[in-house]
Amino acid sequence: MTNLIATTEICTYHNVTYTFISSLNEAGLLELEEINHTTYITESELQKLEKMIRMHQELEINIAGIEAITHLLQKVEQMQEELRVLKNRLRN
Amino acid sequence: MAFIDYYQILGITKTATEKEVKNAYRKLARKYHPDLNPNDAEANKKFQQLNEANEVLSDPEKRKKYDKYGENWERGEEYEKYTQQQQNSRQSTYGGGQSSGFEGFGGDDFSDFFQSMFGQGGGSARGRQTKYRGQDLNAELHLDLKEAAETHKQALTVNGKNIRITIPAGVENGQTIKIAGHGAAGANGGPAGDLFIKFIIADDPHFKRDGSNLFTTVKLDIYTAVLGGEVMIETLNGKVKIKVKPETQNGTKVKLKGKGLPVYKKENEFGDLYVTYDIQIPVNITEKQKKLFEQLKDES
Repeated sequence: MTNLIATTEICTYHNVTYTFISSLNEAGLLELEEINHTTYITESELQKLEKMIRMHQELEINIAGIEAITHLLQKVEQMQEELRVLKNRLRN
Repeated sequence: MAFIDYYQILGITKTATEKEVKNAYRKLARKYHPDLNPNDAEANKKFQQLNEANEVLSDPEKRKKYDKYGENWERGEEYEKYTQQQQNSRQSTYGGGQSSGFEGFGGDDFSDFFQSMFGQGGGSARGRQTKYRGQDLNAELHLDLKEAAETHKQALTVNGKNIRITIPAGVENGQTIKIAGHGAAGANGGPAGDLFIKFIIADDPHFKRDGSNLFTTVKLDIYTAVLGGEVMIETLNGKVKIKVKPETQNGTKVKLKGKGLPVYKKENEFGDLYVTYDIQIPVNITEKQKKLFEQLKDES
Protein backbone atom coordinates (compact mmCIF):
# COMPACT_ATOMS: atom_id res chain seq x y z
CA MET A 1 0.00 0.00 0.00
CA THR A 2 1.31 3.46 -0.89
CA ASN A 3 1.71 5.93 1.94
CA LEU A 4 -0.02 9.22 1.19
CA ILE A 5 0.72 12.50 2.90
CA ALA A 6 -1.72 15.39 2.75
CA THR A 7 -0.19 18.44 1.03
CA THR A 8 -1.60 20.66 3.78
CA GLU A 9 0.65 18.88 6.29
CA ILE A 10 3.67 19.42 4.08
CA CYS A 11 2.82 23.09 3.66
CA THR A 12 2.74 23.51 7.44
CA TYR A 13 5.85 21.46 8.12
CA HIS A 14 8.02 23.05 5.44
CA ASN A 15 6.44 26.48 5.53
CA VAL A 16 5.54 26.56 1.84
CA THR A 17 2.34 27.63 0.14
CA TYR A 18 -0.01 25.24 -1.62
CA THR A 19 0.46 27.35 -4.76
CA PHE A 20 4.14 26.44 -4.74
CA ILE A 21 3.31 22.71 -4.66
CA SER A 22 0.55 22.96 -7.27
CA SER A 23 2.85 24.98 -9.54
CA LEU A 24 5.41 22.18 -9.40
CA ASN A 25 2.62 19.78 -10.25
CA GLU A 26 1.50 21.93 -13.19
CA ALA A 27 5.08 22.09 -14.44
CA GLY A 28 5.12 18.28 -14.50
CA LEU A 29 7.79 18.08 -11.81
CA LEU A 30 5.64 16.47 -9.16
CA GLU A 31 2.76 14.03 -9.07
CA LEU A 32 -0.15 14.66 -6.75
CA GLU A 33 -3.16 12.51 -6.00
CA GLU A 34 -6.61 13.81 -5.25
CA ILE A 35 -8.95 11.82 -3.04
CA ASN A 36 -12.23 13.31 -1.81
CA HIS A 37 -11.16 16.86 -2.71
CA THR A 38 -7.93 16.56 -0.72
CA THR A 39 -4.57 16.47 -2.46
CA TYR A 40 -1.94 14.02 -1.33
CA ILE A 41 1.60 13.24 -2.26
CA THR A 42 3.14 9.78 -2.27
CA GLU A 43 6.17 8.96 -0.14
CA SER A 44 8.30 8.47 -3.24
CA GLU A 45 7.41 11.93 -4.56
CA LEU A 46 8.07 13.53 -1.17
CA GLN A 47 11.83 13.26 -1.57
CA LYS A 48 11.62 15.07 -4.93
CA LEU A 49 9.44 17.76 -3.39
CA GLU A 50 11.76 18.31 -0.42
CA LYS A 51 14.70 18.72 -2.78
CA MET A 52 12.75 21.38 -4.71
CA ILE A 53 11.72 23.10 -1.47
CA ARG A 54 15.41 23.31 -0.49
CA MET A 55 16.25 24.84 -3.84
CA HIS A 56 13.48 27.37 -3.34
CA GLN A 57 14.16 28.25 0.29
CA GLU A 58 17.93 27.89 0.61
CA LEU A 59 18.91 29.12 -2.84
CA GLU A 60 15.97 31.39 -3.63
CA ILE A 61 15.30 29.70 -6.95
CA ASN A 62 11.87 30.28 -8.47
CA ILE A 63 9.63 27.67 -10.10
CA ALA A 64 10.97 28.32 -13.61
CA GLY A 65 14.52 27.93 -12.31
CA ILE A 66 13.65 24.71 -10.49
CA GLU A 67 12.09 23.38 -13.67
CA ALA A 68 15.20 24.16 -15.72
CA ILE A 69 17.53 22.75 -13.07
CA THR A 70 15.52 19.55 -12.70
CA HIS A 71 15.65 18.88 -16.44
CA LEU A 72 19.36 19.64 -16.58
CA LEU A 73 20.06 17.41 -13.58
CA GLN A 74 18.19 14.58 -15.28
CA LYS A 75 20.39 15.06 -18.33
CA VAL A 76 23.54 15.16 -16.19
CA GLU A 77 22.52 11.94 -14.46
CA GLN A 78 21.88 10.25 -17.82
CA MET A 79 25.25 11.41 -19.11
CA GLN A 80 27.02 10.26 -15.94
CA GLU A 81 25.43 6.85 -16.38
CA GLU A 82 26.52 6.68 -20.02
CA LEU A 83 30.02 7.75 -19.04
CA ARG A 84 30.19 5.07 -16.38
CA VAL A 85 29.10 2.36 -18.84
CA LEU A 86 31.61 3.57 -21.45
CA LYS A 87 34.44 3.71 -18.88
CA ASN A 88 33.66 0.14 -17.86
CA ARG A 89 33.76 -0.94 -21.49
CA LEU A 90 37.13 0.73 -21.96
CA ARG A 91 38.52 -1.26 -19.04
CA ASN A 92 37.78 -4.47 -20.98
CA MET B 1 45.65 24.30 12.41
CA ALA B 2 45.64 26.38 9.25
CA PHE B 3 44.09 29.80 9.08
CA ILE B 4 41.08 29.89 6.78
CA ASP B 5 40.39 33.05 4.86
CA TYR B 6 36.59 33.22 4.92
CA TYR B 7 36.59 36.38 2.81
CA GLN B 8 38.53 34.61 0.10
CA ILE B 9 36.17 31.62 0.23
CA LEU B 10 33.21 33.92 -0.43
CA GLY B 11 35.22 36.02 -2.91
CA ILE B 12 34.58 39.30 -1.08
CA THR B 13 36.69 42.03 0.50
CA LYS B 14 36.99 42.74 4.21
CA THR B 15 34.82 45.79 3.77
CA ALA B 16 31.90 43.83 2.35
CA THR B 17 28.53 44.74 3.80
CA GLU B 18 26.15 42.19 5.33
CA LYS B 19 24.13 42.28 2.11
CA GLU B 20 27.24 41.63 0.02
CA VAL B 21 28.15 38.68 2.25
CA LYS B 22 24.66 37.27 1.81
CA ASN B 23 24.71 37.77 -1.95
CA ALA B 24 28.14 36.18 -2.33
CA TYR B 25 27.03 33.21 -0.25
CA ARG B 26 23.80 32.76 -2.22
CA LYS B 27 25.64 32.97 -5.52
CA LEU B 28 28.23 30.35 -4.57
CA ALA B 29 25.73 28.16 -2.71
CA ARG B 30 23.74 27.91 -5.94
CA LYS B 31 26.86 26.66 -7.64
CA TYR B 32 27.96 24.12 -5.05
CA HIS B 33 24.72 23.09 -3.29
CA PRO B 34 24.66 19.27 -2.81
CA ASP B 35 21.22 19.03 -4.43
CA LEU B 36 22.64 20.55 -7.60
CA ASN B 37 25.84 18.50 -7.48
CA PRO B 38 24.82 14.92 -6.72
CA ASN B 39 27.72 12.52 -6.11
CA ASP B 40 30.26 15.32 -6.27
CA ALA B 41 32.45 15.11 -3.17
CA GLU B 42 34.48 18.15 -4.20
CA ALA B 43 31.37 20.34 -4.51
CA ASN B 44 30.11 19.08 -1.15
CA LYS B 45 33.39 20.02 0.49
CA LYS B 46 33.26 23.44 -1.10
CA PHE B 47 29.68 23.92 0.07
CA GLN B 48 30.73 23.03 3.61
CA GLN B 49 33.44 25.72 3.47
CA LEU B 50 30.90 28.23 2.16
CA ASN B 51 28.55 27.51 5.03
CA GLU B 52 31.34 27.90 7.51
CA ALA B 53 32.43 31.21 5.97
CA ASN B 54 28.83 32.43 5.87
CA GLU B 55 28.22 31.37 9.44
CA VAL B 56 31.07 33.56 10.61
CA LEU B 57 30.80 36.55 8.28
CA SER B 58 27.02 36.90 8.43
CA ASP B 59 27.08 37.06 12.21
CA PRO B 60 28.35 40.49 13.37
CA GLU B 61 29.80 39.14 16.61
CA LYS B 62 31.64 36.25 15.04
CA ARG B 63 32.83 38.47 12.24
CA LYS B 64 34.14 40.98 14.75
CA LYS B 65 36.18 38.33 16.49
CA TYR B 66 37.40 36.89 13.21
CA ASP B 67 38.40 40.36 11.97
CA LYS B 68 40.07 41.21 15.25
CA TYR B 69 42.34 38.23 15.46
CA GLY B 70 42.34 37.05 11.84
CA GLU B 71 45.56 35.30 10.92
CA ASN B 72 46.91 35.77 14.43
CA TRP B 73 43.88 34.20 16.00
CA GLU B 74 46.05 31.77 17.98
CA ARG B 75 47.85 34.61 19.73
CA GLY B 76 44.52 36.42 20.00
CA GLU B 77 43.13 33.53 21.99
CA GLU B 78 46.10 33.72 24.37
CA TYR B 79 45.57 37.43 24.78
CA GLU B 80 41.90 36.86 25.40
CA LYS B 81 42.62 34.23 28.06
CA TYR B 82 44.98 36.68 29.72
CA THR B 83 42.38 39.44 29.84
CA GLN B 84 39.80 36.98 31.12
CA GLN B 85 42.11 36.09 33.99
CA GLN B 86 42.54 39.76 34.72
CA GLN B 87 38.83 40.42 34.75
CA ASN B 88 37.42 37.42 36.50
CA SER B 89 34.10 38.99 37.16
CA ARG B 90 33.47 39.71 33.52
CA GLN B 91 32.04 36.92 31.39
CA SER B 92 33.67 36.20 28.07
CA THR B 93 32.00 37.69 25.07
CA TYR B 94 33.16 34.81 22.93
CA GLY B 95 32.36 31.89 25.21
CA GLY B 96 32.35 29.29 22.49
CA GLY B 97 30.53 26.13 23.38
CA GLN B 98 28.54 27.70 26.19
CA SER B 99 25.69 29.13 24.19
CA SER B 100 22.96 26.91 22.88
CA GLY B 101 21.08 26.71 19.63
CA PHE B 102 23.57 26.67 16.85
CA GLU B 103 24.88 23.30 15.82
CA GLY B 104 26.66 24.30 12.68
CA PHE B 105 26.26 22.65 9.32
CA GLY B 106 26.63 19.11 10.50
CA GLY B 107 28.45 20.15 13.68
CA ASP B 108 31.60 18.10 13.39
CA ASP B 109 31.86 19.03 9.73
CA PHE B 110 33.17 22.49 10.53
CA SER B 111 36.91 22.95 10.36
CA ASP B 112 39.18 22.77 13.40
CA PHE B 113 39.86 26.44 12.82
CA PHE B 114 36.16 27.29 13.15
CA GLN B 115 35.70 25.14 16.24
CA SER B 116 38.81 26.56 17.84
CA MET B 117 37.57 30.11 17.35
CA PHE B 118 33.88 29.70 17.98
CA GLY B 119 33.63 26.41 19.84
CA GLN B 120 31.62 23.35 18.86
CA GLY B 121 28.44 25.05 19.95
CA GLY B 122 29.28 28.14 17.97
CA GLY B 123 27.45 30.53 20.24
CA SER B 124 25.31 32.40 17.79
CA ALA B 125 24.13 35.58 19.40
CA ARG B 126 21.37 36.01 16.86
CA GLY B 127 19.73 32.69 17.55
CA ARG B 128 19.76 31.60 13.95
CA GLN B 129 16.57 29.79 12.95
CA THR B 130 17.28 28.62 9.42
CA LYS B 131 16.96 24.86 9.07
CA TYR B 132 19.81 23.35 7.15
CA ARG B 133 19.84 19.92 5.69
CA GLY B 134 22.93 17.94 6.68
CA GLN B 135 25.79 17.31 4.29
CA ASP B 136 25.57 14.41 1.90
CA LEU B 137 28.40 12.02 2.55
CA ASN B 138 30.25 9.97 -0.02
CA ALA B 139 31.92 6.64 0.58
CA GLU B 140 33.55 4.03 -1.62
CA LEU B 141 33.08 0.32 -1.23
CA HIS B 142 35.57 -1.98 -2.89
CA LEU B 143 34.35 -5.38 -4.05
CA ASP B 144 35.74 -8.15 -6.20
CA LEU B 145 33.72 -9.66 -9.03
CA LYS B 146 32.55 -12.64 -6.95
CA GLU B 147 31.25 -10.34 -4.24
CA ALA B 148 29.43 -8.28 -6.88
CA ALA B 149 27.77 -11.49 -8.13
CA GLU B 150 25.97 -12.23 -4.88
CA THR B 151 23.42 -10.26 -2.88
CA HIS B 152 25.01 -9.88 0.51
CA LYS B 153 25.01 -7.72 3.59
CA GLN B 154 28.00 -5.70 4.63
CA ALA B 155 28.70 -3.59 7.70
CA LEU B 156 30.29 -0.20 7.09
CA THR B 157 31.58 2.52 9.33
CA VAL B 158 30.78 5.93 7.90
CA ASN B 159 31.35 9.14 9.80
CA GLY B 160 31.85 7.15 13.00
CA LYS B 161 28.53 5.35 12.66
CA ASN B 162 28.08 1.66 11.90
CA ILE B 163 25.54 0.85 9.25
CA ARG B 164 24.59 -2.42 7.64
CA ILE B 165 23.66 -2.39 3.99
CA THR B 166 22.45 -4.96 1.54
CA ILE B 167 24.46 -4.99 -1.65
CA PRO B 168 22.30 -6.27 -4.49
CA ALA B 169 23.89 -8.79 -6.86
CA GLY B 170 24.99 -7.37 -10.18
CA VAL B 171 26.15 -3.93 -9.04
CA GLU B 172 28.41 -2.28 -11.58
CA ASN B 173 31.77 -0.64 -11.18
CA GLY B 174 31.22 3.06 -10.47
CA GLN B 175 27.54 2.59 -9.61
CA THR B 176 26.33 4.67 -6.69
CA ILE B 177 23.52 3.84 -4.29
CA LYS B 178 21.89 6.30 -1.96
CA ILE B 179 21.16 5.52 1.68
CA ALA B 180 18.69 8.24 2.60
CA GLY B 181 19.16 10.01 5.92
CA HIS B 182 22.55 8.49 6.70
CA GLY B 183 24.56 11.59 5.84
CA ALA B 184 25.63 14.26 8.32
CA ALA B 185 23.04 15.52 10.80
CA GLY B 186 21.10 18.63 9.86
CA ALA B 187 21.32 21.93 11.71
CA ASN B 188 18.55 23.63 13.66
CA GLY B 189 16.17 20.73 13.16
CA GLY B 190 16.93 20.31 9.46
CA PRO B 191 16.92 16.80 8.02
CA ALA B 192 20.05 14.67 7.83
CA GLY B 193 21.82 14.41 4.49
CA ASP B 194 22.12 11.24 2.46
CA LEU B 195 24.93 8.76 2.19
CA PHE B 196 26.13 7.89 -1.30
CA ILE B 197 28.07 4.67 -1.64
CA LYS B 198 30.05 4.19 -4.81
CA PHE B 199 31.05 0.64 -5.71
CA ILE B 200 34.54 0.06 -7.00
CA ILE B 201 34.82 -3.39 -8.51
CA ALA B 202 38.35 -4.65 -8.98
CA ASP B 203 39.48 -6.07 -12.31
CA ASP B 204 39.23 -9.84 -12.35
CA PRO B 205 42.14 -11.91 -13.68
CA HIS B 206 39.82 -14.38 -15.44
CA PHE B 207 36.82 -12.41 -16.59
CA LYS B 208 36.10 -9.17 -18.36
CA ARG B 209 32.67 -7.69 -17.87
CA ASP B 210 30.15 -5.79 -19.96
CA GLY B 211 26.97 -5.25 -17.98
CA SER B 212 25.87 -8.68 -16.86
CA ASN B 213 27.81 -10.55 -19.55
CA LEU B 214 31.24 -11.98 -18.84
CA PHE B 215 34.04 -12.71 -21.28
CA THR B 216 36.93 -15.10 -20.90
CA THR B 217 39.62 -16.65 -23.08
CA VAL B 218 40.49 -20.34 -22.88
CA LYS B 219 43.61 -21.96 -24.25
CA LEU B 220 42.85 -24.93 -26.48
CA ASP B 221 45.42 -27.43 -27.73
CA ILE B 222 45.61 -27.89 -31.47
CA TYR B 223 44.61 -31.55 -31.33
CA THR B 224 41.32 -30.90 -29.51
CA ALA B 225 40.69 -27.98 -31.86
CA VAL B 226 41.16 -30.20 -34.95
CA LEU B 227 39.61 -33.43 -33.70
CA GLY B 228 37.08 -32.07 -31.23
CA GLY B 229 36.75 -33.08 -27.60
CA GLU B 230 36.10 -31.50 -24.25
CA VAL B 231 37.54 -28.60 -22.32
CA MET B 232 37.14 -27.41 -18.72
CA ILE B 233 35.99 -23.83 -18.40
CA GLU B 234 36.16 -21.79 -15.23
CA THR B 235 32.94 -19.91 -14.48
CA LEU B 236 32.03 -17.73 -11.51
CA ASN B 237 30.29 -20.73 -9.93
CA GLY B 238 33.02 -23.28 -10.53
CA LYS B 239 34.33 -25.32 -13.43
CA VAL B 240 32.16 -26.71 -16.19
CA LYS B 241 33.03 -29.13 -18.97
CA ILE B 242 32.01 -28.17 -22.49
CA LYS B 243 32.24 -29.95 -25.81
CA VAL B 244 34.54 -28.62 -28.51
CA LYS B 245 33.43 -29.17 -32.08
CA PRO B 246 35.94 -30.72 -34.49
CA GLU B 247 37.79 -28.19 -36.71
CA THR B 248 37.30 -25.35 -34.26
CA GLN B 249 39.05 -22.21 -35.53
CA ASN B 250 41.24 -19.90 -33.46
CA GLY B 251 39.20 -17.06 -31.99
CA THR B 252 35.94 -19.00 -32.09
CA LYS B 253 33.46 -17.71 -29.51
CA VAL B 254 30.97 -19.86 -27.67
CA LYS B 255 28.21 -18.63 -25.41
CA LEU B 256 27.41 -20.27 -22.10
CA LYS B 257 23.90 -19.10 -21.46
CA GLY B 258 23.15 -17.89 -17.96
CA LYS B 259 26.74 -18.25 -16.76
CA GLY B 260 27.34 -14.51 -16.53
CA LEU B 261 26.51 -12.18 -13.66
CA PRO B 262 23.05 -11.76 -12.17
CA VAL B 263 21.13 -8.89 -13.76
CA TYR B 264 20.94 -6.02 -11.26
CA LYS B 265 17.73 -6.12 -9.23
CA LYS B 266 16.19 -8.78 -11.49
CA GLU B 267 15.91 -12.00 -9.61
CA ASN B 268 16.76 -15.17 -11.49
CA GLU B 269 17.99 -13.32 -14.57
CA PHE B 270 21.58 -13.83 -15.55
CA GLY B 271 23.90 -12.65 -18.27
CA ASP B 272 25.95 -15.00 -20.42
CA LEU B 273 29.56 -16.10 -20.39
CA TYR B 274 31.35 -15.75 -23.72
CA VAL B 275 34.36 -18.02 -24.17
CA THR B 276 36.95 -17.28 -26.85
CA TYR B 277 39.27 -20.13 -27.85
CA ASP B 278 42.96 -19.36 -28.10
CA ILE B 279 44.45 -22.28 -29.99
CA GLN B 280 47.98 -23.15 -28.93
CA ILE B 281 50.54 -24.13 -31.54
CA PRO B 282 52.84 -26.84 -30.13
CA VAL B 283 56.42 -25.84 -29.41
CA ASN B 284 59.55 -27.96 -28.81
CA ILE B 285 58.08 -30.75 -30.94
CA THR B 286 59.92 -34.05 -31.21
CA GLU B 287 61.39 -35.42 -34.47
CA LYS B 288 58.54 -37.91 -34.63
CA GLN B 289 55.90 -35.16 -34.25
CA LYS B 290 57.66 -33.12 -36.89
CA LYS B 291 57.53 -36.03 -39.33
CA LEU B 292 53.86 -36.54 -38.60
CA PHE B 293 53.17 -32.85 -39.30
CA GLU B 294 55.09 -33.19 -42.58
CA GLN B 295 52.95 -36.17 -43.50
CA LEU B 296 49.88 -34.08 -42.72
CA LYS B 297 51.22 -31.29 -44.89
CA ASP B 298 51.73 -33.70 -47.80
CA GLU B 299 48.19 -34.98 -47.32
CA SER B 300 46.63 -31.54 -47.49
